[in-house]
Amino acid sequence: MALFSKLIAKLKRENSFAPADWAQLEKELLASDLGPTLTTNFLSAAKKVKSDNAEAALLEILSNNLALTSREPIVVPGTTTIMVVGVNGTGKTTSVAKLAALYKGSGKSVVLAAGDTFRAAAVEQLRTWADRIGVEVVCGKENGDPASVAFDGAKAAQASGADFLIIDTAGRLHNKNDLMAELAKVKRVVEKLSPINEVLLVIDATTGQNGLQQAKIFAESVEVSGVILAKLDGSAKGGIALAIESELGIAIKWVGTGESEGDIAPFDPNAYIKGLIS
Amino acid sequence: MLDLLTSHFNAVFTSLRLRGKISKGDIETSCEQIRQALLESDVALEVVESFVAQIAQRSIDALALIQPGSNQAKAVFEVVNSSLVEILGGSARRVRFSKNPPTVIMLAGLQGAGKTTLAGKLAKFFADQGNTPLLVASDLQRPNAVTQLQILGQSIGVAVFAPEAGNGVGDPVKVAQAGVEFAKAKQYNMVIVDTAGRLGIDVELMKQAGDIRDALSPDEILFVVDAMIGQDALRTSQAFLDGVGFDGVVLTKLDGDARGGAALSIASLTKRPIMFVSTGEKLGDFDIFHPDRMASRILGMGDVATLAEAAKAAFDGDTSAKLEAKFASGQDFTLEDFLDQLQAMSKMGSISKILGMLPGSGAMKKAIDSLDEGEIIATKSIVQSMTPIERRDPKVLNGSRRSRIALGAGRAVSDVNNLIDRFSAAQKMIKQVRNGATPAGIPGMAGMGMPAIAPKSAAMRPKKKSKSGNPAKRAQEQSQ
Ligand SMILES: Nc1nc2c(ncn2[C@@H]2O[C@H](COP(=O)(O)OP(=O)(O)O)[C@@H](O)[C@H]2O)c(=O)[nH]1
Ligand SMILES: [Mg+2]
Repeated sequence: MALFSKLIAKLKRENSFAPADWAQLEKELLASDLGPTLTTNFLSAAKKVKSDNAEAALLEILSNNLALTSREPIVVPGTTTIMVVGVNGTGKTTSVAKLAALYKGSGKSVVLAAGDTFRAAAVEQLRTWADRIGVEVVCGKENGDPASVAFDGAKAAQASGADFLIIDTAGRLHNKNDLMAELAKVKRVVEKLSPINEVLLVIDATTGQNGLQQAKIFAESVEVSGVILAKLDGSAKGGIALAIESELGIAIKWVGTGESEGDIAPFDPNAYIKGLIS
Repeated sequence: MLDLLTSHFNAVFTSLRLRGKISKGDIETSCEQIRQALLESDVALEVVESFVAQIAQRSIDALALIQPGSNQAKAVFEVVNSSLVEILGGSARRVRFSKNPPTVIMLAGLQGAGKTTLAGKLAKFFADQGNTPLLVASDLQRPNAVTQLQILGQSIGVAVFAPEAGNGVGDPVKVAQAGVEFAKAKQYNMVIVDTAGRLGIDVELMKQAGDIRDALSPDEILFVVDAMIGQDALRTSQAFLDGVGFDGVVLTKLDGDARGGAALSIASLTKRPIMFVSTGEKLGDFDIFHPDRMASRILGMGDVATLAEAAKAAFDGDTSAKLEAKFASGQDFTLEDFLDQLQAMSKMGSISKILGMLPGSGAMKKAIDSLDEGEIIATKSIVQSMTPIERRDPKVLNGSRRSRIALGAGRAVSDVNNLIDRFSAAQKMIKQVRNGATPAGIPGMAGMGMPAIAPKSAAMRPKKKSKSGNPAKRAQEQSQ
């Protein structure tokens, strides 16, 4: 943002950013989906900055909102079990495929469980990915409920001694209590066999302030251990993820940057923060 | 949806109502609160600013014209309401049918917006009205999008034109074109073209969407957008407007609790009407967009009209006809009706969705959350232990009758008392709704407290056991 450089320049020589410039800055921060609260906090902190290294100081104000929890993907000895959750259409199935491709590529064995037994052709979608990537996928039987598919996946992973089990789940809106209960049940049932080590919530980068509510309720239901911020290849900056980090202390672990299996990367906090204001 | 905005508006108008005489300063304060609320609802800043400026000026103008002491808060409220309706599209527009069938509808939008599901919903909606739609599978990108559309089509008995299996193979422009030719030849009067999701900044794919448009000259291009979208709504809708152009907007996933401010942004930026809303995963969860209802909802008056329609659809013919007759004749709602209703409610699609449409649903959130399935069973058993006379006229329920009922239902007398209290509250509420008033005055509905009469988790989806593992079968079950 040219404006940001202007701000830095002004801050270096006695803060004389014009009111219109502050208004413009507010507009751009809001446009990143940072939300009114974080934006107001940032602006009031920024107004106090008087530093030779104003840029670093400003980035620091934003970085202070990052969660302090680890962003390292969880890996345990034996089978690491990952469950991928989120509202409809955020990119869960694609993210499952991306993670599978990533781990397979580093020489690990991966089993997928097609836990979306609800949406039409969701199972086939995951199966297509599994075939492309060359990993095993466990799909439900007729009348199979998602918990038993996931459980069967866990059994298969255990039997073959797989390094990773990744469970796809149906999209669900967080305000639907019975569907959230169903998700908690999937987790409970799998954990009769082996613990779920990582629950990744997929947040669509275009999501507005509702993303915070999504994260809050998913975290209450299934102990979310990290966020995948998908669709960061679009024009949206994904500012809501910073609010999730700051309010809920949940770390973004991965970002999705496209529709192919290779389009995933570990979250880079510095690049993300810079992206919010550029 | 729009809960927070609603509560902000409630706060604003409650404080205005208390004052009687409203000064310019009051209006400024209110506008500041409205500005904040709209921002929290994801309305784009430029839209917020112009909206707030507009209502400030209009409120001042409106107040100049009315007597001090008369209902000034109401006048301001009207200004806000009508300004919202204006931005949300004035009046709802219907799909334009082509003079030379088939009428071609093309869908466009970001990945994951809900286009494929919407294609199925549109097909069902128009087929139910006696049209003969053909679904065309031009999303050849996302794995098994074609299969998904085929399953949806099959479940509603609508033909799907899918010459390419997709999964990255095939030319969507050719498929779309062939689909329209096929429809002409086979005399379908409508074609609904599903397309792949694409980003506004993806030049190549936007060009492809433009190519599909040029090949089809659709009668309607609908931009499909997730109600949860944030500030990117502005950039993205502009990109689609420039890239393919669109004639109308469909808001999806409105059954969530997103405040949906994007609707305001998009309508105000693109000047295209929001035509439909998608409100659930079943193919029937679809409605025409009503700007006035949406505005009422924003303002905390709830969406009584939609509620009434949804309830009507959920009750079977008998129950609803009976209730309607009662409603019309002004008779009291009895425990017998209550029992019918409880039974019908267990059949209803989504209780929380329905309750969410009620006035002051924000205030009712807690009550809704406290509902559970055990309670509905207990309630049923209590009502079933009553004699028909008792059900019709709970006033006869003295102490000994109450203990007999408690014994019969295997519950405590306090449970019976509790039920009767809650029932009376419900009865009162229904009377108020019938009288057309939003209970407890517009728009603050606090204290209305919905009695706990409905199950927390009534079947929002078909019961697990009845759900088929076979996708085709399952889809069929879902659409029923
Ligand atoms: N551009 C882009 N599209 C994505 C990304 N992740 C997923 N998608 C697309 O979003 C749509 C929905 O993805 P899907 O995985 O089916 O979502 P799910 O319903 O959450 O399982 C598909 O069209 C995906 O190709 C991403 O990182 N970038
Ligand atoms: Mg999926």
